[in-house]
Amino acid sequence: MSESKKKNVLLNNPVVNVFRSNIGIVMVLIIMCVIISFATDKFLTPTNIISVLRQISINTYIALGMTLVIILGHIDLSVGAIVAMSGTLTVGFIVNQGLPIWLAIVLGIVLGAVTGLLSGFIVSQFKVPAFIITMAMMNVANGIAYVYSGGQSTRITDAFFINIGTGYLFKVIPLPVVYMIVLIAIFAFLLNKTKFGTYIYAIGGNREAARLSGVPIKKVEIVVFTLSGLLSAFAGLVLCSRMYSGQPSVGSGYELDAIAACVLGGTSMAGGKGRISGTVFGAIVIGIISNGLNLIGVSSYWQLIIKGLIIACAVLLDVQKGKLGKLKKKKVEK
Amino acid sequence: MGQTVLEMIGIKKSFSGIYALSGIDFSLEQGEVHALLGENGAGKSTLIKVLGGIYQPDEGTIKIQGKEVKINGVPAARENGIGIIHQEIVLVPYLTVAQNLFLGREIKTKLGTINMAETNRKAKEMIASLGVKIREDAMVEDLTIAQQQMVEIVKAVSFNANIIVMDEPTSSLSNEEVEQLFEIIENLKKKKVSIIYISHRMEELFRISDRVTVIRDGHYVGTKKTSETNPNELVAMMVGRDLESFYARDYCDMEKAEVALSVKNLSNDKNFQDISFEVHRGEILGFAGLVGAGRSEIMETIFGAHPATSGQVFLNGKEVHFKNPMQAIKAGIALVPEDRKKQGLVLGNSVAFNMTLASLHFYMNGIAISEKKREAVIDEYTKKLRLKAASPEIEAGSLSGGNQQKVVLGKWLATKPDVLILDEPTRGVDVNAKYEIYTTINELAKQGIAIIMVSSELPEIINMCDNVCVVRAGRLVGKLTKDELTQEEIMKYAAGGVE
Repeated sequence: MSESKKKNVLLNNPVVNVFRSNIGIVMVLIIMCVIISFATDKFLTPTNIISVLRQISINTYIALGMTLVIILGHIDLSVGAIVAMSGTLTVGFIVNQGLPIWLAIVLGIVLGAVTGLLSGFIVSQFKVPAFIITMAMMNVANGIAYVYSGGQSTRITDAFFINIGTGYLFKVIPLPVVYMIVLIAIFAFLLNKTKFGTYIYAIGGNREAARLSGVPIKKVEIVVFTLSGLLSAFAGLVLCSRMYSGQPSVGSGYELDAIAACVLGGTSMAGGKGRISGTVFGAIVIGIISNGLNLIGVSSYWQLIIKGLIIACAVLLDVQKGKLGKLKKKKVEK
Repeated sequence: MGQTVLEMIGIKKSFSGIYALSGIDFSLEQGEVHALLGENGAGKSTLIKVLGGIYQPDEGTIKIQGKEVKINGVPAARENGIGIIHQEIVLVPYLTVAQNLFLGREIKTKLGTINMAETNRKAKEMIASLGVKIREDAMVEDLTIAQQQMVEIVKAVSFNANIIVMDEPTSSLSNEEVEQLFEIIENLKKKKVSIIYISHRMEELFRISDRVTVIRDGHYVGTKKTSETNPNELVAMMVGRDLESFYARDYCDMEKAEVALSVKNLSNDKNFQDISFEVHRGEILGFAGLVGAGRSEIMETIFGAHPATSGQVFLNGKEVHFKNPMQAIKAGIALVPEDRKKQGLVLGNSVAFNMTLASLHFYMNGIAISEKKREAVIDEYTKKLRLKAASPEIEAGSLSGGNQQKVVLGKWLATKPDVLILDEPTRGVDVNAKYEIYTTINELAKQGIAIIMVSSELPEIINMCDNVCVVRAGRLVGKLTKDELTQEEIMKYAAGGVE
């Protein structure tokens, strides 16, 4: 009795809960940290940790939106292209068109959001698979970035704009990390504490039951894809600021890193299951793989192979866990 | 008639300690059509699955041609000459009829390629021998359901099946197609094939079958020669049980109660036409009929889940037009859907999640959901419904059928409805949970909620309802009051015995 009470106190502690519910990925994370810190003493230093956090921040913004999309039972392949399109156009609006910075930023973000909204509208209204329509959107957005820029990168030196991605809070914490923390808090709240979040789980888990429960499926789908586009556009903004330039080619690969972060974090590709905390751990793992391998001096070509293998193993583990769960259930039933 | 080809003796089968079959005897003679009759859940399909090798019986013996056999899988059933025509057809849509008939045993040329000419020739022979009129080179996707069913029958016969089971073969056929099917059955009889025929439709049984065996709640009730019995006797055998005490119902005076919901000439071209009825506060209005008669579609349309093509719905005297379920829920209508796994629950999520999903608008604190308000509601209905779940956080899918149904019921009661529509509220739940659900329904009626209960279980309709509407093929064919309610009466309307 007392033991179960103790267990309950532990279970109710939110911090413990975050680690407990992501136990698989947390283990992977710890093992990786141990191995890397044996291999190099540059890893567990405050400077490097902050650097890792900064490196993962952009992928994390995108992965937050992707988490919602995947829990809903869909996928968004257009995120990387939106990063490129919004970033390139925002910088171009400032440098080429001479628009005020705030207006250029707003336009860039609205552009990303509208692209997401369009995907969401088509997916929900015409029941086109999200895989196809967001792939189409990916091409369109990439094309817009190239057409606008003529394939050239545009340099920007405006101090305010550059500060967005390279500045610090209290001279220690990089601003992209600050945005990341704020966004994580917002999306965790959205997913866990609001009607909207509950509806996302319900639609992904059982669409028909959700519909009969009065869940406005189309609205939720459109909003989720819009958020995904919006976050990608924001990621594009921060990325361009960090690079002092708008480049039409920067976006490729971001969609896969974001999906990898979600899947590593235990989000089910079938929909209905997933957590913001899991995705954040997933993004950290992906970030540490690159960072650690860099520090050890592994070539970036080999890094691709290792990253791929780690993701494959993590997902295999996850599937096995699911199977074990099912076996247990069967036993209970019989 | 001829000799006995199949004997099933004392077949018992239990799931999780509950007997689905508790000692069924069944025998089949050569060239006979033997109808198997029973309510939904009586154990017909379990018995067929035992015969088809999908389930292994716990006890009992199966004899074929007098020899005891063990049917431990689908191939074993086929070897023993048993062919089952399931309700769902399992043909490959993008292959021809001939290709489907020889799927997995293709006729090959010397080069190892498929010999299409020979395949087609043999297929044509097989089809013609049963008097079926289908081209062997037609694509299966172009065939009607009836034709596909006939291909299935040809296929079963081609595997030398001499025992063919047809599970509700006419459920989706037109009258003309039924005639064609009966012709084929006659042809099969001439070929000394024996047929186990499962159907609810009395008129068909009396036309086509030689004997009828009735089972109820997994028990063998009796076998009659079709020529020596009548529909009323069979219905009585199917449903006759004394369960009066089981159903808790306090009737109240319906005259004084106001009308809560009234439906006028509601139609949906595809599924039902011209439905009119009203239900008062505190009344339980039953909807009886056969599966597929259109009852669920009527309810889902009232609930805003499907559009109506014409007609009116009045809630508490005011006309309403619900475009989606959310509007219906907010106006005070709740629908406990027919299929709790597909429509009722998000199985992978928690009991708490499911129970509050339809009523989240009550627990909002600004834009956040107030956990306190939510927990209070979960607590309330867990107690009221005597829900047995280790914790509100466990997955809904891990509960028993009865407890799952209580979660769905709780979910809809939490929306505080004026009108509660229950579609098959006790399907697939154990006896105890049934009793508890009936008690709850009675309580709700006493509180003045208007209840519509769609059910295929006649005892439940008869013992719980004040009035009953009978639906057949999308039309309201009868309205019965409490005093007129008998099982025979309802079945007569539902199966089309009276016009």
